[in-house]
Amino acid sequence: MTKSYRSKILLGLTIAFGLSTTGWAQMMINGAGATFPYPIYSKWFDEYAKVDPSVRFNYQSIGSGGGQKQILAQTVDFGASDGPMSDDNLAKAPGKILHIPTVAGAVVLTYNLAGNPSLKLDGEAVAEIYLGQIKKWNDPKITALNAGAKLPDQDIVVVHRSDGSGTTFIFTDYLSKVSAEWKQKAGNNTSVNWPSGIGGKGNEGVSGQVKQTPGAIGYVELIYAVQNKMPYAEVKNSAGQFVKPTIESVTAALATADIPDDFRFSMTNAPGKDAYPIAGATWLLVYQQQKDAAKGKKLVEFLKWALTKGEGMAKDLNYAPLPDDVQQRVLKRIDEIKT
Amino acid sequence: MYRSGLPLLINVLSFMAVAASIAVGERSVQARMASPSRFGDKAFEWLTLAMALVVVVLITLIGWQLWIGSSVAIKKFGFHFLVTSTWDPVAEQFGALPFIYGTLVSSLIALLIAVPLSIATAAYLTELAPLWLRQPLVSLIEMLAAIPSVILGLWGIFVMIPWLRDYPFPFLKRVFGWTPFFSGPIYGPSMLAGGIIIAVMILPIITSVSREILRSVPDLQREAAYGLGATRWEATRIAVLSYAKKGLFGAVILGLGRALGETMAVTMVIGNTPQIAASLFKPGYTLASVLANEFTEATTDMYLQALFEIGLVLFGITILVNLLAQLLLRTITTASTTRAVQ
Repeated sequence: MTKSYRSKILLGLTIAFGLSTTGWAQMMINGAGATFPYPIYSKWFDEYAKVDPSVRFNYQSIGSGGGQKQILAQTVDFGASDGPMSDDNLAKAPGKILHIPTVAGAVVLTYNLAGNPSLKLDGEAVAEIYLGQIKKWNDPKITALNAGAKLPDQDIVVVHRSDGSGTTFIFTDYLSKVSAEWKQKAGNNTSVNWPSGIGGKGNEGVSGQVKQTPGAIGYVELIYAVQNKMPYAEVKNSAGQFVKPTIESVTAALATADIPDDFRFSMTNAPGKDAYPIAGATWLLVYQQQKDAAKGKKLVEFLKWALTKGEGMAKDLNYAPLPDDVQQRVLKRIDEIKT
Repeated sequence: MYRSGLPLLINVLSFMAVAASIAVGERSVQARMASPSRFGDKAFEWLTLAMALVVVVLITLIGWQLWIGSSVAIKKFGFHFLVTSTWDPVAEQFGALPFIYGTLVSSLIALLIAVPLSIATAAYLTELAPLWLRQPLVSLIEMLAAIPSVILGLWGIFVMIPWLRDYPFPFLKRVFGWTPFFSGPIYGPSMLAGGIIIAVMILPIITSVSREILRSVPDLQREAAYGLGATRWEATRIAVLSYAKKGLFGAVILGLGRALGETMAVTMVIGNTPQIAASLFKPGYTLASVLANEFTEATTDMYLQALFEIGLVLFGITILVNLLAQLLLRTITTASTTRAVQ
């Protein structure tokens, strides 16, 4: 290494150090939370770096529980969660927290049956399978929904997520809506007291279990089933139609779901004949009153970009974008963020 | 090699012991040299003492933090937490018994499988194996310890469980199906599968430590046994294994410490169902697994408190098991010394 080269590096370092101490460095906006939307969020942050190079995002996918905790503790600039925050948790916040829905996804029922027959299920059947009441594949309640299909006289091996997850939240939210017995016996949370079945860790754990076990049924995210070419069932929605889980049928569910003004909504069992019933949105959590004006301004700019340009990238990553009218409502809410 | 794989507690305990013995040894040397005014020696003594204290403080802080984090749950559930079996995050009813049971049973299965295998391997490596074979075998065993836990878990799901389900499990059911331990339907993910994967993970550490211990047995022992006309088996059993009993027991305890805290791989194969079932084919759950599974998405306070209390219970069990082991070790040692004197 020549002397002049070395001094150039030294000069560079000095300049870099000088810049960073005088505040010319990139602004860093920190976020943490849900793992489900992590692929699209990281895509957004990547693309947004080209739009506004002065700001960088650092997102840690530590889970929805962590996201809610950190935004409450104000250790991050925004949180992310697969379920809306409870009233109890919101009451703990030092300021008003806004829920910004970003994208939605479906939870599908995947199964392992010889010959991969197509399968149709309704809410009642799914609930009774997971309650451990329907034990065989050729139970009349299942065969009645699948006229013509030959279902074997085989034990159903029920598989569920063992880790707390937004996927489980959406799935048990649906079951609680369609089955009073489920609501009373197990209820709705990121993890519940399962009446039956074995637990697999993560989407990969459940799908691994299902793939390995003849007669198994499990629930995973749509993206996961599509990427792994696993069969999944059509589910009867509240309009009485059997609907295949797709990005379109999830967006259809979003369009017909009852969305209140605070955006803390559940879109499972949504009305509408094209709506797939087991689906859920994911949210970013931000304070209405931003503490740091400069950061807050950049965050608002990003959110606006995400809800318009960003939504266009959702389909490529197998997420369902928000319908136009919901987008408009969310954008209006973003305008209310004060910096 | 094996130090890196040990759970914190064991590391901490052994470190404490080493640091303390250094401090004590230092003092006695000083007494003998009768020159207590030398600053360097004093400084060294204080330094090592401080090191030893850091560890004590660390362990106390961990325990304290777990206690604080779970104080509300402890107040609410009291002793029931340890003896009830419901784990219901929706109704916020929490009991840790199935997890405690699962942790102890899976570790016990692991020890039952790994201990004979490891000690036999160590005995072969030090006593019987041809010299050219020893180093390659040792390297292979140490490589097993280097496999990340999550990789073993994936291997467990996709290779071990299907194989267990198709061959060894039906065989066990045919032969021992009349006992409650091997009855009932076979799914694959089960307490037994969890125990087996832990056995794979603690095998290298028990083997390595046992090998070091057997190697440290003086050759005089073996020569004496052969001199008395012992066969190879007799020499190994009486002169080597029996001589090294205490050390081998220590190796097993190191393995047990790791087994109790093993998380990722177990979580992936044990089936994660909080139940207490006699049949080892039924899925189970461990303390470490429920923490790994549910901590990230726990949003309500009581739920988090209960998970913290699970951590506290695991912490307590690990300490308790280690203390018991120390006691047992002392009993064994005293017994053998007495016999030697007689």
